[in-house]
Amino acid sequence: MAEVSRSVVVTIQNPQGLHLRPMDLFVKLASQFKSKVEVLRAGERVDGKSMLAMMTLAAVQGTQLRLEATGPDAEAALDALAALVARGFGEMNEDQVAPSNATRT
Amino acid sequence: MGGCRAAYAVAVDRAPETEPAIPTARRRPRGPMQKLQGIAVSSGIAIGEALVISNEGYYIARRLIPRDSVEGELQQFRRALEQVAAKIEGNRQQVDRELGEQYAAIFTAHLQLLRDPRLRDEVEAFIRERHYSPEYAVSTTLRRYVKLIQQMDNPYLAERANDLVDLEKALLSSLLGARHQGLADLAAPVIVFAHNLTPSETASLHRQFVLGFVTEVGGAGGHTAIVAKALEIPAIVGAGQFPGEVTGGGQVVIDGDEGLVILAPDEPTLEQYRRRADARRSRTQRLSASCDLPAQTTDGERISIQANIEFPEEAAICLERGAEGIGLYRTEFLYLGARQEPTEDEHFAAYTNVARTMGGRPVTIRTFDLGADKLGTGFEEKNPFLGLRSIRLSLRRLPLFRTQLRAILRASVEGNVRVMFPLVSTLSELRQARRLLADTMEDLQEEGLPFNRNLPVGMMVETPAAVVTLASFLPEVDFISIGTNDLIQYTLAVDRTNPEVGDLYSASEPAVLKLIEQSVAAASARDVPVSLCGQMSGSPLYVMLLIGLGLRSLSVPPSAVPEIKTVCRGVSARHCADVARRALSLEGAREVDAFLREELRKASPEHANC
Repeated sequence: MAEVSRSVVVTIQNPQGLHLRPMDLFVKLASQFKSKVEVLRAGERVDGKSMLAMMTLAAVQGTQLRLEATGPDAEAALDALAALVARGFGEMNEDQVAPSNATRT
Repeated sequence: MGGCRAAYAVAVDRAPETEPAIPTARRRPRGPMQKLQGIAVSSGIAIGEALVISNEGYYIARRLIPRDSVEGELQQFRRALEQVAAKIEGNRQQVDRELGEQYAAIFTAHLQLLRDPRLRDEVEAFIRERHYSPEYAVSTTLRRYVKLIQQMDNPYLAERANDLVDLEKALLSSLLGARHQGLADLAAPVIVFAHNLTPSETASLHRQFVLGFVTEVGGAGGHTAIVAKALEIPAIVGAGQFPGEVTGGGQVVIDGDEGLVILAPDEPTLEQYRRRADARRSRTQRLSASCDLPAQTTDGERISIQANIEFPEEAAICLERGAEGIGLYRTEFLYLGARQEPTEDEHFAAYTNVARTMGGRPVTIRTFDLGADKLGTGFEEKNPFLGLRSIRLSLRRLPLFRTQLRAILRASVEGNVRVMFPLVSTLSELRQARRLLADTMEDLQEEGLPFNRNLPVGMMVETPAAVVTLASFLPEVDFISIGTNDLIQYTLAVDRTNPEVGDLYSASEPAVLKLIEQSVAAASARDVPVSLCGQMSGSPLYVMLLIGLGLRSLSVPPSAVPEIKTVCRGVSARHCADVARRALSLEGAREVDAFLREELRKASPEHANC
């Protein structure tokens, strides 16, 4: 099977930033896909399926992260994860949610 | 992108390949004498060898395991993972049920962390490939991430490092719990140096092996300080970060009166401290020579001096000091710092131990007086002292309360056990608690378990509400105990730990004295025995006043028993009544203090400085 590598840039929306609860949701969602998922921020690259690794990532509201997926379902994984980030991990009121903040590359 | 693919892995590998800071008992050449200043929380002098322990009270030694036990150790680690996961899951469900899903989310996140395949893989690799013991592998792995987080120097992330430290602690507890490598297993006398000690760790210190302890953090009002004082172990907290000279094996002196730690003391200093230690010993011996004499006033009134304790080990000290019973057995220590809620058998073992040690002397067990915060519900109260605490919490957490009541009832046949409910402020609370006690008796009856059906039931009087309506409570209790610490706080509306208003907190305020007088009068009118506990009763300054107000039973810290008895023996109840009358006529705390000091000086010149 061909290895497909995709990436997308997202901006953290929720006021409290990427704290434990959103991280938990992110890791759970990422783990549902076969593809390898990684999160990049300013030269750091962490495993998006590992809570432990994600803990070392500081991301407050407004921080831009690059999500990178490699594998058979890379596209679907990125769509789902970018949507989760855009929804503010369900921590925001509907009217605060940006329509879409994902920038494809 | 490919170039930085392994950035994370590289970052980890680049972390210096040194071991995490794991203190070990090493002997170092003696350096020059050095002093550290901390907060004196438990008086006394200790001279001995230092033992430096890791944060959680365990020695996480770099222990290697034999090749053929790798599989067994891997199993140990996996079992620990499961155990901790089960505990977190238990917390999650409870909080979910009681407070709702959003509060439980943090536990879900902790579970996820625990189940991270990376954590498992890294720890297992250390065990399998480097033959690290599981506890050392866990510590090494998690400390690495803690360090990574701390290196980012972002205060927002500090909390996150704490989450990992908690996880490490939970795993180590689970791993080492089975192996008993805690502080409780010391075999030679030492002075313990630790970043921090929890109250339960302090309580488990063996008096014969722990000469004293010093911690980097902590304050005067902490529970650790209270325990150290109760155990009469010289202790200093809040000494700040230990310098490199603090290593195992070196000789140190701790001066628990001044809060001073002396590293590598020179000979004249040592000699001076040896002399002071001797002088202390002979003073204690002198006091204890008379401590078995009854506290009888010069005009023949018997005052019963009992003791307040926090945990079972103290009962023996109470007897040594001449206490006539346990007037207040605080049971919170069973909950604080415990890995999980104490079981009925753990309660039972503790109560039985105290009841048996005290022989036929009364042992008044106070049901738990915790705030909701102490039970880790994750729910933060704006005003915890006006919140869900004490009897209120017990009546909301019936299974927890029932467990304790069952244990108290079962222990009631092991000695002269009494039960007391704290912070009762309405009649309905008292009735609910009594009804639950009656139900619990029925349960035990059905199960054929022995208990004392006539177990005396009392309440603490520690809110102004209870004082002013005391007459309606009295027909429904066998005894009352005035708890002055809370009574003062609630009467004067002062939090004594708040430096802005702490000076307003005083047992000598006329409002407090009048409430005590009123309580004693109401109880005496109905022949309900009344006692008084709290810090006020342990101070020689108030002894005459309290006797004068009609109290004939006081419960004081064990170490204060001989002194309070001595004061009682030197005064007449008739004169004390005059003292109380006069004190009640004064305008303010300052006048009352000055007057009581003068009266004490006249009655007992050696207490001139109280």
